[in-house]
Amino acid sequence: MTGPERLTRDEVAHVADLARLELTEDELELFTGQLAEVLDHAADVASLDLTGVAPTAHAMAVSNVLRPDEVRPALDRDEVLGQAPSVEDHRFRVPRLLGDAP
Amino acid sequence: MTSPRPSTFLANAVRSGARSAVDVLEEHLALIESGDGQVHAFNLVTADLARQQAIAVDRTVHAGEDPGPLAGVPVALKDNLCTRGVPTTCSSRILEGWRPPYDATVVDRLHRAGAVMVGKTNMDEFAMGSSTESSAFGPTRNPHDTSRVPGGSSGGSAAAVAAGFVPLALGSDTGGSIRQPAALCGVVGMKPTYGTVSRYGLVAFASSLDQIGPLATTVADAALLFDVIGGHDPCDSTSLNRPTPRVLSVLDDGVAGLAVGLLTEFLDGADPDVVARTREAARALAAAGARVEEVSVPEVSLGLSAYYLIAPGEASSNLARYDGVRYGLRVDAADTVAMNRATRSAGFGAEVKRRIMLGTYVLSAGYMDAYYNQALRVRTKIIEGFASAYRRCDVLLGPTTPTTAFPVGAKTGDPLTMYLSDVCTIPTNLAGHPAVSVPFGTGDDGLPVGVQLLGPALSEGTILKVAAVVEAAAPPLAPPVLAVGDRV
Repeated sequence: MTGPERLTRDEVAHVADLARLELTEDELELFTGQLAEVLDHAADVASLDLTGVAPTAHAMAVSNVLRPDEVRPALDRDEVLGQAPSVEDHRFRVPRLLGDAP
Repeated sequence: MTSPRPSTFLANAVRSGARSAVDVLEEHLALIESGDGQVHAFNLVTADLARQQAIAVDRTVHAGEDPGPLAGVPVALKDNLCTRGVPTTCSSRILEGWRPPYDATVVDRLHRAGAVMVGKTNMDEFAMGSSTESSAFGPTRNPHDTSRVPGGSSGGSAAAVAAGFVPLALGSDTGGSIRQPAALCGVVGMKPTYGTVSRYGLVAFASSLDQIGPLATTVADAALLFDVIGGHDPCDSTSLNRPTPRVLSVLDDGVAGLAVGLLTEFLDGADPDVVARTREAARALAAAGARVEEVSVPEVSLGLSAYYLIAPGEASSNLARYDGVRYGLRVDAADTVAMNRATRSAGFGAEVKRRIMLGTYVLSAGYMDAYYNQALRVRTKIIEGFASAYRRCDVLLGPTTPTTAFPVGAKTGDPLTMYLSDVCTIPTNLAGHPAVSVPFGTGDDGLPVGVQLLGPALSEGTILKVAAVVEAAAPPLAPPVLAVGDRV
């Protein structure tokens, strides 16, 4: 198994778009080189034959963590809303959501 | 061979009424006031809140009750630990001014143990970095030489302890962020076993790797702090529901009969002076009765590459929450998506943007198998490699970092070179194991060297008692001298 092709500027622009980041032309240039360098270093991992090796997502996995289903105090609503940039009628207020495709 | 216990000494003085918590606090606030202009260990000093806490501790003593094992001991908190009503920034513009509506579990436990929290320490932005230079609020300086970095990402906590501003601090360690700055600043720092310390209220970076841990001037003080903060917490679903090792009580047991493996892969890439100190530490352990042999774990060489696929992957997902809606910065725009973009672009610094993009890329369709899933398989191989080594020896010994503290600005233009400074600390996080860094002499440049003791899951007691023997054999480290009042 060989590693994928070297990262391109267009791919970085696409990834920035997915991550909801706006990059200047200079940033795009800089990040493309820097990220390609990190991915080149990771080629040692990408090119290994690890067929049959199970992946580890959590080193100390625990499962089915439950608590008793009982009513308990939650965070104070006003304290939480007090940290929001914009609030209306006890709700988070955001700019127009529908209309333009993202 | 007993590890010194300055925090226990301080707490006992307060508990007995011999010293007041208020006096202890004022003494430390004065040190911060005169010295932190040069170090910039703190993002925020909460002097008034600390005075209220100290007064409460003294009242408890006067009422004939016990405030706890950290009575009146000043503690600094890394600025990614939530403190109710007190700004928690992660050294990022995107969270500037945010006041969390709850305390992290560790903060609550410190409070119950009688500790006095003096402030929030500087860090690499969202804990992404190895020098504290990616902080949006400017770098922290190494107290031993203010032209050098303190390491990172818990550089503010390490520097605060090294400068004598506080005897104890908390940091978080995702790929070495407690141990690497501890080594570069000449203090003790431990990353505990994943799941032994609650992550509730720790702002997430890479959730399968993040772990809170202690920084202190001595091994015994680190053990005391771990005993206070550790233990099961129902608020963290990854918290281990089994007895946490109680470590302070086993510290003086010595190393006679223990098998110590000198990890050759960690020696290979390190500077000659760092290797020399590590070998001296190994000889000290042999002299104290341990059986020392060289051990190879070839899989750890893949750790750095695997980490820089896994950690950014998890980070890209975790940092999606900073969208300008519920807390922190908002940069207004015509619609919500444009507002998200404008907010994130203005609020995150370059290193955070790099990691988000790297993570988004390795998780995207077409690349996930080649990079991310492959890295998860390497993680399995690293765990197997360690397991094989721990069938032969009780603990592993190696340098914490390949070099001593580097000059401020030396690596900021080259992310990959910066990442390489974590090459000896990362494998431990991938395996979920504990490891502790202990100062052991200085390099050719006169700056502190740290050696690292690694062990299998839940072996905190073992690695700390070995660390206590290393500490006792270490050449004394001259305390840093800060020129009073001058700003760098």
